[in-house]
Amino acid sequence: METAPLVSLRDVRKFFGNWEVLRGVSFDVQRGEVVCLIGPSGSGKTTLVRCINHLEKIHSGRILVDGQLIGYREHRGRLVEDSEKRIAAQRQRIGMVFQRFNLFPHLTALENVTVAPVRVQGRRPADVEAEARDLLARVKLSDKAGNYPSQLSGGQQQRVAIARALAMKPAVMLFDEPTSALDPETVGEVLDVMKALAEAGTTMIVVTHEMGFAREVADRVVMMDQGAVVEIGTARQIFTAPAQERTQAFFRALR
Amino acid sequence: MTGDINIDSAFFLKYLFNPPAIVWRGLWLTIWISVVAQALGVAIGLLIALCMRSKHGWLRWFGRFYVWIWRGTPMLVQLVLIYTGVAAAGFYKYPDIEIGPFTFTGPLQAALIALSLNEAAYMAEIFRAALASIDKGQFDAVRALGMRPYTAMRWIILPQAARIVIPPLGNEFTLMIKGTSLLAVIGIRELFGTIQQLNAATFRTFELFVIAAIWYLVLTTIMGFVQKRLEAHYGRHDLPANAEIKPSGFRGLLSGQR
Ligand SMILES: Nc1ncnc2c1ncn2[C@@H]1O[C@H](COP(=O)(O)OP(=O)(O)OP(=O)(O)O)[C@@H](O)[C@H]1O
Ligand SMILES: [Mg+2]
Repeated sequence: METAPLVSLRDVRKFFGNWEVLRGVSFDVQRGEVVCLIGPSGSGKTTLVRCINHLEKIHSGRILVDGQLIGYREHRGRLVEDSEKRIAAQRQRIGMVFQRFNLFPHLTALENVTVAPVRVQGRRPADVEAEARDLLARVKLSDKAGNYPSQLSGGQQQRVAIARALAMKPAVMLFDEPTSALDPETVGEVLDVMKALAEAGTTMIVVTHEMGFAREVADRVVMMDQGAVVEIGTARQIFTAPAQERTQAFFRALR
Repeated sequence: MTGDINIDSAFFLKYLFNPPAIVWRGLWLTIWISVVAQALGVAIGLLIALCMRSKHGWLRWFGRFYVWIWRGTPMLVQLVLIYTGVAAAGFYKYPDIEIGPFTFTGPLQAALIALSLNEAAYMAEIFRAALASIDKGQFDAVRALGMRPYTAMRWIILPQAARIVIPPLGNEFTLMIKGTSLLAVIGIRELFGTIQQLNAATFRTFELFVIAAIWYLVLTTIMGFVQKRLEAHYGRHDLPANAEIKPSGFRGLLSGQR
C-alpha cells in the first residue's frame, strides 16, 4: 500500500558550468523511511542532498517535500526560483547535518540548539530550552550543554549538530557523510544516535561511506555514479545481490 | 635670550592638575566627537561592507567607489571640502541644529560628517575582510535552518565577525581620537584647538603640548583597556572549558597599541 512519498525527486539535473553533475536523478522517499546514498567520490551525492533543501539550484526537474515544490514555483508553465522568504520557510521543514558539523562557534551547545527555534520560529525561549535539553539528552550530551563547540570532540559536535537540526522539528533529515570528518573512535557514538533516530521513525536521507551502517539501518539504498542513479533497492538486495556491474565494482573497490 | 629651553614648571603643573575650564570642555568635546563619529563610522561602514557583498553589481560598485574616494584622499582635505565646499556650492549651509540641550554648530556638523564618512571607508574594509574570513559552512548552516539574511547576520554572522573586528576597531578608535586634532583647522575648540588657543595667549608651547600629549595618552590608554575587555568577551568561546577570563592587567595595556 503506497502512500504519497515524503520526498520526491523527478529527473533532477544540475550543472556546474558546463559540467553536468546530476544527470536526471529520480527517486522517492516514503515517510519514516531511511534511504542511504552510496557511490564513488564525485558521483554527486553531496550536490544532490544540497539540492533537496535548495542550498544548490537545479537546472531542470522537480524536488517535492511533503507535496511542496522546493525552491521554485510554476509561472506560465515554467519554473522560476521562489522568493528568499518562501525558500527559508521550506528549509525549516528539512533538517541538515553536515560533514564538517558547522556548529556556531560563539554559542554553547545548548544555544546552538535553541537559536533557530527562538530566532526563526519565534517560539518562547523557556519552552525551546526545555525541548533543547531533552534533545541533548537524546544525543547523550546533557552534561555538555554549557560547552562551546571548541570544547567538544568531533563526535560530540556532530551530535549537537543533529540536535540542532531536530530542534526545528523537520519532516525529513538530510545527512551528508556525518562521520567522515570524525576520529575513528567517535564514529560509533554518532552512528548510534542516528540508529536511534531511525528506529524512532525519522525520515532520513543519508550520504554515507559506512557500509555497515547502510546495511543495518537503511530501508533502501541508492547507488549513484557520475551524477546518475545506477540502482535502487532494499539494503538487503543491494548488499547481497547487486544487479548492476557498476555496483559490484564499487563494492569490490571498497574491500 | 640665552637660547636654552626655559620650562615653567609652575605653569606646567597648574595646567596639568588644575586646568582652566576650557581645557575640560575641549577634552569633553574630543571624547564625544570621537565616540559619535566612530559609532556612525561603524554603522555606515557595515552598510558599505554589506553593499560590497551584495548580489547586485551596482551596489558592489558603489561600495568599492566609496572606499576608493574616502581612503584615497587626505582627511584634512575632506574636512575642509565638506565644511567650506558644500556651503560654498550652496548644497547645505550648516545652520545650527538644536537637539534637546545640545547645539550642533556648523563646524561641528561638518566635523561629524567628515569624520564618520571617512571612518566608514576604513571600517567597511575591516568588516569586509572579517565577513570574508567566516567559514562558508556557517552560511550553509544558517540557510539550512531557514534563517532569513537579517536574522543570520544579527545572531550568527556578525557576532563572529565582531571578534575579528575588535582589534582593528580599537586601532581605528585610537586613530580617531588623535585625528580629531585636525578639527582645529575649521575652528573647533576640541582638546588640541583649546591648547592652541592657550598657546596663542601664553606662548608656553612646550608645556602645553606636553599636557596635550598626556591627555591623548590617557584617552588612548583607557581605550586600550576597553578593547582588551571586549576581546576577552568575544573570544570567550575559544577558552578551554572551566577556564576563567582574566583581565589582562597593566602589561596588556602597554602592549600592541598603535
Ligand atoms: N561548487 C562547485 N563548483 C564546481 N564543481 C563542483 C562544485 N561542487 C561539486 N562540484 C563537482 O561536482 C561533482 C560532484 O560533487 P559532489 O561533491 O556532489 O560529489 P560526492 O558524491 O559528494 O563526492 P564525495 O564522496 O567525494 O563527497 C564533482 O565532480 C565535483 O568536483
Ligand atoms: Mg560529498
